[in-house]
Amino acid sequence: MLAKRIIPCLDVREGKVVKGVQFRNHEIVGEIEALAERYSNEGADELVFYDISASPDGRSVSRDWVRRVSDLINIPFCVAGGIRSIADAESVLEKGADKISINSPALRDPSLIDRLVKRFGTQCVVVGIDSHHDGEQYSTWRNTGDETKASDSGRMTLDWIKEVQDRGAGEIVLNCMNQDGVRKGYDTKQLAAVRRIATVPVIASGGAGEIAHFTDVFKHCDVSGALAASVFHKSIVSIEELKKSLIDAGITIRPYTPGS
Amino acid sequence: MSLVVVDACGANISSVLGALRRLGSEPVVTADASVIQSAERVILPGVGAAGNAMERLRNHGLVDVIPALTQPVLGICVGMQVLFSGSDEDNVDCLGVFDERLKKFAADPELPVPHMGWNKLKFLGAHPLLTGLSADSWCYFVHSYRADSFSGTIAESEYGKPFTAVVAKDNFTGVQFHPERSAETGACVLENFLNHCS
Repeated sequence: MLAKRIIPCLDVREGKVVKGVQFRNHEIVGEIEALAERYSNEGADELVFYDISASPDGRSVSRDWVRRVSDLINIPFCVAGGIRSIADAESVLEKGADKISINSPALRDPSLIDRLVKRFGTQCVVVGIDSHHDGEQYSTWRNTGDETKASDSGRMTLDWIKEVQDRGAGEIVLNCMNQDGVRKGYDTKQLAAVRRIATVPVIASGGAGEIAHFTDVFKHCDVSGALAASVFHKSIVSIEELKKSLIDAGITIRPYTPGS
Repeated sequence: MSLVVVDACGANISSVLGALRRLGSEPVVTADASVIQSAERVILPGVGAAGNAMERLRNHGLVDVIPALTQPVLGICVGMQVLFSGSDEDNVDCLGVFDERLKKFAADPELPVPHMGWNKLKFLGAHPLLTGLSADSWCYFVHSYRADSFSGTIAESEYGKPFTAVVAKDNFTGVQFHPERSAETGACVLENFLNHCS
């Protein structure tokens, strides 16, 4: 049986892990390698590094840390943020990342997905989708990393999901914006609807605040994985305890093995 | 006494090299047939599509070289798949070390494809490659094509139905999962290949 994945997400800026409050006032919370190793040892199934160095103004930044992380940890990891071209993706994958995740650049030019898939294969092309509910419907937002540039792309979320699948994306990370950072639970209603039309793995993102939220999202939405940031960074939820609880709840999980 | 990692399948091999270095091994990276032939052990990594991997092997003149190797060989992911007779992916003929053919996971709303994530091994036979693995061994998989279990399957996993996770015949072994990203289980498999396979 395939296990459900627990995926801590780390924001990276200029080679450090940072934590921002509403995308501003980033403070450094630690070294990338130390945190990557910590989560890996604590039983994380995969890591996502969201590189916020480059995004807003199009600079290309050094990502030498990708190679250091790759050499250090023995679980898969994905790099998101600032990947706009085949060359950007190649540089990150060549340094040892297992997957790359694209978001706003795919909305600007959907054919980027096809080209990345053709060059690197479905298995390493993840599309991140920031979905916002305006009270009536869910639409996909772009440039959400910069609140001055964030805007509705005009695409309905379910339509966009079908399109990115057709273009060959191998996984979808659905970030539910209304829930993001609130820690009141995943948007299980939306995630269940997405899961019904998805043919590729769906990763839930946005809203995790306690162990029960993970249990809910796996039980009710059958997503392939759950991504979370602050609950892990602030040690509100330990991965070890989380995994034990999920196993007790009958969910297939790769057990945490102490001392490994 | 060398370990060669074949750099010919278009794969990103740095994660495999990193895993081998963590085990204290310093592999030679090459696509040169004579270097591969004279190596003590050969690892064939691969990601992406089988057709692309075969084309690259052909361009490097390795299509006849690899099946004729007599030292221990370990194929990883698509590097394992190209050891089979062929794949429905790109409808391509492969190296034919194993007679079976790769098929796509059947479309099933309950089972998203790619099969991506950690799955458990079920051991079907003893083999030096599996030395020391616990009954509760989980590995990281990413693939859309699978080989049914057959006489060469020494460990299987299940996704809808059982498929080949580890395969062995004579000096050839292969793993569908990524040992370089499969935590202690993966490190153990790589270490076994380096130290116990002959």
